[in-house]
Amino acid sequence: MKIMHSLIAAAVLAAAASTGAQAQAIKIGELNSYKVFPAFLDPYKKGWELALEEINKSGGVLGRKLEVVSRDDNGNPGDAVRVAEELIAREKVSVLMGTFPSHVGLAVSNLANQRKIVFVAAEPLTDKIVWENGSRYTFRLRPSTYMQTAMLVPEAAKLKKQKWAIVYPNYEYGQSATASFKKLMTKAQPGVQFVGEQAPPLGKIDAGAVVQALLDAKPDAIFSSLFGPDLQKFVREGNTRGLFKGRPVFNLLAGEPEYLDPLKDETPEGWVVTGYPWNEIKTPEHQKFLAAYQARFKDYPRLGSVVGYSTMYSVANMIKKAGAVDTEKMIAAMKGLEMSTPIGPIVYRAVDHQSTMGAYVGKLAKKNGKGVMVEWRFADGALFLPPFEEVKAMRKE
Amino acid sequence: MTASAILIQFLNGLASASSLFMVAAGLSLIFGVTRIVNFAHGSLYMLGLYLSYSLFELLGGGPLGFWGGVIAAALIVAVFGALVEVLLLRRIYHAPELLQLLATFALGLIVKDVALWVWGPEDLLGPRAPGLAGAVEIAGRRFPEYDLFLIAIGPLVLGALWLLLTRTRWGTLVRAATEDREMAGALGVNQRWLFTGVFALGSLLAGLGGALQLPREPAQLFLDLSVISDAFVVVVVGGLGSIGGAFLAALLIAEIKSFCIGLGDVTLFGAVFSFSKLTLVVEFIVMAVVLVLRPWGLLGRAPAVARSSGAVEPPLVLPSPKLRLAGLAMLAALVLLPAVFSGYTLILMIDIMIFALFSVSLFFIMGPGGMHSFGHAAYFGLGAYGAGLLALKGGVPMELALALGPLCAAIGALAFGWFCVRLSGVYLAMLTLAFSQIAWSIVFQWDAFTGGSNGLVGIWPAAWLASKEAYYYLALSGCGLGVFALWRILYSPFGYALRAGRDSPLRADAIGIDVRTLQWAGFTLAGLAAGLAGALYAFSKGSISPETLSVPRSVDGLVMVLLGGIQSLTGPVWGAIVFTWLQDVVAREIDYWRAVLGAIILLLVLAFPGGLAGALGRLATRLSGGKAAPGAAT
Repeated sequence: MKIMHSLIAAAVLAAAASTGAQAQAIKIGELNSYKVFPAFLDPYKKGWELALEEINKSGGVLGRKLEVVSRDDNGNPGDAVRVAEELIAREKVSVLMGTFPSHVGLAVSNLANQRKIVFVAAEPLTDKIVWENGSRYTFRLRPSTYMQTAMLVPEAAKLKKQKWAIVYPNYEYGQSATASFKKLMTKAQPGVQFVGEQAPPLGKIDAGAVVQALLDAKPDAIFSSLFGPDLQKFVREGNTRGLFKGRPVFNLLAGEPEYLDPLKDETPEGWVVTGYPWNEIKTPEHQKFLAAYQARFKDYPRLGSVVGYSTMYSVANMIKKAGAVDTEKMIAAMKGLEMSTPIGPIVYRAVDHQSTMGAYVGKLAKKNGKGVMVEWRFADGALFLPPFEEVKAMRKE
Repeated sequence: MTASAILIQFLNGLASASSLFMVAAGLSLIFGVTRIVNFAHGSLYMLGLYLSYSLFELLGGGPLGFWGGVIAAALIVAVFGALVEVLLLRRIYHAPELLQLLATFALGLIVKDVALWVWGPEDLLGPRAPGLAGAVEIAGRRFPEYDLFLIAIGPLVLGALWLLLTRTRWGTLVRAATEDREMAGALGVNQRWLFTGVFALGSLLAGLGGALQLPREPAQLFLDLSVISDAFVVVVVGGLGSIGGAFLAALLIAEIKSFCIGLGDVTLFGAVFSFSKLTLVVEFIVMAVVLVLRPWGLLGRAPAVARSSGAVEPPLVLPSPKLRLAGLAMLAALVLLPAVFSGYTLILMIDIMIFALFSVSLFFIMGPGGMHSFGHAAYFGLGAYGAGLLALKGGVPMELALALGPLCAAIGALAFGWFCVRLSGVYLAMLTLAFSQIAWSIVFQWDAFTGGSNGLVGIWPAAWLASKEAYYYLALSGCGLGVFALWRILYSPFGYALRAGRDSPLRADAIGIDVRTLQWAGFTLAGLAAGLAGALYAFSKGSISPETLSVPRSVDGLVMVLLGGIQSLTGPVWGAIVFTWLQDVVAREIDYWRAVLGAIILLLVLAFPGGLAGALGRLATRLSGGKAAPGAAT
């Protein structure tokens, strides 16, 4: 016990010393599941590091440098809350940002509400974080499950396919993607039928059997929200067994480099996906970001890089607009904050604290044995959100 | 389902069964001979897959790259397994049982981070198998050629193992050692090389199982955990040490899964039931049913009475006045802590105290109770969800919810325990795991009630307990009383009887102790205490999710108990302190924190096989210059 106390005391002293040395910097607390989801979060970290360097090189914010204190939250809500408490209590950070899985995002949002500190959720896709469980302290950058599903629905409805089969990873993201798809499709194309539904456990899809079951359901088209290893296994089995022949497939997220690149020559051509065609976006903001990123890391950006970069800038712009590091002023500033990101301008909506960041919708194709997105267009997030009244009814503030 | 659909799903099941069988057979062999519960077995599988991916590229692709790579990968994993046995496990065979589990757990952590470092974070989808890349028509459907190959290889490996075990001298020795390790040793069998050989063979099978998945499964860092739980299930359902049983069990589980997927949504009694969603947990349901009906698995036999090779645990003695004084001083220090420290120290201490209670409650059934539980998080989680649901949905005041939450856990333990105490050893451990997974899957699936995978949000303590200091004292009193009560019970007649039942069930029975009922009561008490820890956890975090009753949480508990020392009352407390604190510090300071944490645990295991408390006890005896006080309740 004694050893333990002296160690804690030493750690506290060390922390105190380091805060003294950089008293002027504005401290931002960042937490994410770096070791659990490294494929997305490695590029994410590079993204915010790049943004941080740029911001500080140009003089910081309000004449002060930004300092990010980053922590691994171990991918579970209990640890994440402890880590966030540490950032608040020991590091005395002024803002929290980060998180990847939905349940961790919700837990940290809930803590932020209790401790009255602004939390900019970078990645969690759950609709609940801004709607059912929305709180005045939490803002979210990425387009949600609902928004990304809504971006695919117009294309899907255009095909006038009668019978749809659905496959999704069995947890909240897959479930809500499926629910939103069914709801929006039924509205867009009355009389549409859903003939087969497969919900494999996340990361443990039995791809051969799932592909076979979908074949047996004889659908005209397929909607999938698989990603990562599940997607790769599904694609390979589907290709071998001929599931995708003559059947359009819509797949959320499959165009993101994180999930597309591992497919290589297995890439299923013609799939309609949301994603990020990083080497084809020619807007000046993106060119600038791309050049800076490649110069700094000798690697191309993934979608995670854009998310990390834009989250960091969101925080910086919020503080700049607030004019002070004060929670209430920052909330006021963040509501309706307009800013540019590598993939276009966004607004943090005052009504639900959701940014209008969009996504690219396009088709998958193979080029030199690699997967790419073709015929893509940018879908502005603002156009794929439910009306204000619906949102207000969902948010219990 | 049509006839052809049934046929194809049957073939799908066969193909999955093959790889499942290979991993499980290796695990079963290793356990049979060395009695090691090899938690790193999934890591060996993962290594096999990663290596075959790299070797394919290294050997320049093509048939040589593929088949040569697969075989070379399996061999490399076998060598790695042999090295692990020689350099690591050999040093701790004489430690208290299950310590080897801790070592293999730590090894798994290291392998995972090394794999991340070597192969990077991206998933690596391997090539198709040269010559078996396409599909053949079966019943008018396209079926992958490679799956046909897998279907053939499973029985081939089974046959080869059977020949090896029954027709060679080495195999005879392995079977002899599985049957009775000491007797085999007494008859002059060189156990050292036998153990090394078996570990290498088991690793080879795991590596081969992984390598053969190259065309079917991307190499990625989650594989170790997902494979290990499946492999355990297969081994236990088949019967420990039975290779034929493992094959049968792999077949059974893979087929059931295939048909659950094939059935999809079925309307039963007017309600739609999704068999596809059932795949989340179906193997654990199968395991629970098999173990309840056949306590030693499908083809297993009652294990020979294990003569533990570890040091015999000395009987408990009451703590000396000095020790009591030291305990009181520590309590006083804890009471005064908020006067000196504030903020994060208190938050970390709250976590540590909660895990200390959790770990002591697990120790209560594992140590003195002799019932190894691999699913203790179920009661932690039930306590947390019980309290959370009462407060959120029942509108019950927080104080009352905190008191009632643990009762939910106790009720769960009462129900599950009734089945569990009928088994012993690893079978009991796996049944607790099965129940915890079933409980987890219900919480995970039942969106409307438990919040599904997102969990429950907004569970905060009452206003007067909201400050850090107030909650610290609440946790201190709750955990302190809980730990003290469990300790006190161990010195009561009930505790003595519990230990009697562990040390000699027959004699205990002969003097009129109803061992089963006693164990059942002990199991329920431990569940109650774990539930209290869970309820305190829920209100300290403000939200809970299914991870509170997941396998990793159970494993954390095991690690704490073993790290601290399973033969000492205070061991689990030390284990909880060191593990929680280490994780907090290491994760903050180091990028590859998992590997560092694993390395530290390995060092501790090698340095203090008796656990931290055992080491402290020896130190205390040496300092006081006295004789080794038996079991000084350090």
